Amino acid sequence: MSVTAIVINILVGLALLLSFIRDRKKTLKGLSIAWKASRRMLPAILLVIVAIGLFLGLVSPAWISSVLGEGNGVFGVAISALLGAVLFIPAILAFPMGASLLQSGAGVMSVAAFITTLTMVGFMFIPIESRELGKRFTLIRNGFSLVAAMIIAILMGLIL
Amino acid sequence: MRPQNGHDSPNDMVTAPWYRRLSWEWMMLALIIPVAVAVSLIFPDKGERIAEVSKTFFLEMLYILPAVMVLMGLFSVWVSKDVVVKYLGSGSGLRGLLLSMLLGALPTGPLYVAFPMGAMLIRKGARIANVMAFLSAWACIKIPQEMVELQFMGWQFTATRLLLTVILVGVMCLLAERVYLLRDQGESGHSS
Repeated sequence: MSVTAIVINILVGLALLLSFIRDRKKTLKGLSIAWKASRRMLPAILLVIVAIGLFLGLVSPAWISSVLGEGNGVFGVAISALLGAVLFIPAILAFPMGASLLQSGAGVMSVAAFITTLTMVGFMFIPIESRELGKRFTLIRNGFSLVAAMIIAILMGLIL
Repeated sequence: MRPQNGHDSPNDMVTAPWYRRLSWEWMMLALIIPVAVAVSLIFPDKGERIAEVSKTFFLEMLYILPAVMVLMGLFSVWVSKDVVVKYLGSGSGLRGLLLSMLLGALPTGPLYVAFPMGAMLIRKGARIANVMAFLSAWACIKIPQEMVELQFMGWQFTATRLLLTVILVGVMCLLAERVYLLRDQGESGHSS
């Protein structure tokens, strides 16, 4: 369990306790809202978890590096951005990968595009997002995020 | 639960009855698990990785999801609509946008736990652009994540990306909101 998880759990535990002391009925209502939302999202989350496992199991870091390292120009940025949008890699793995790519001579644009879409655009999460916020919201947000990520990457390539 | 959920969530959700959506996800799950098992049996080394990655994410969900859900539940009973409208509603302006990003950047779990939070904020009268900013910040400028970025990519890369991200996410959210509201106007009251 990470430090973040422990801190969040302790804080929420305290908030729950405080809430329970102040107003038992309200707290129970809040818990029932929490339970319903969790139950609603669970199948989609399980689906995403298995899909991520399958994806990361099949796609090796070496393969991703080779794709990012090769990419040049607008095409390379687009490929990197798409790869980042589709894949889901935890930050703790993604950043060392980006650093080693930069060292081995990959373009700043490609690496920035990859990292920005990786964190900002979650194609994997679309089933959950559209269940909670609606398809329209989800498609618009992800579409705009992809464009914004590309612009960020291009600007970074120009600045750095 | 369902009828209420239907009318106050974004409107595409009303069209399909919940049990059909549920069964779609379970069906996909029933499809993907045998595929994962088959791949694992054929390529044992890949199978090991698949199992390990899935386990890691499953545990992450187990540690974070209940806490964030409880937080959302408490928020929805204790924080009144007026407060949300005041700070994050359509009149909240640039300050609301920045506040949304700040809220999203606080140390938190995976992106998917933020979705029900966003839905709840919309129900309480938050502006669409602000909810989008909240989700985007949650996704890409989480504070613990930035620590890792700083460590590996150096301050120049991190600072440039952070600054550009905050500016572009702000602009993007305002544009995306306009697009979102184009057809939506007058159809339902959820977007304040």
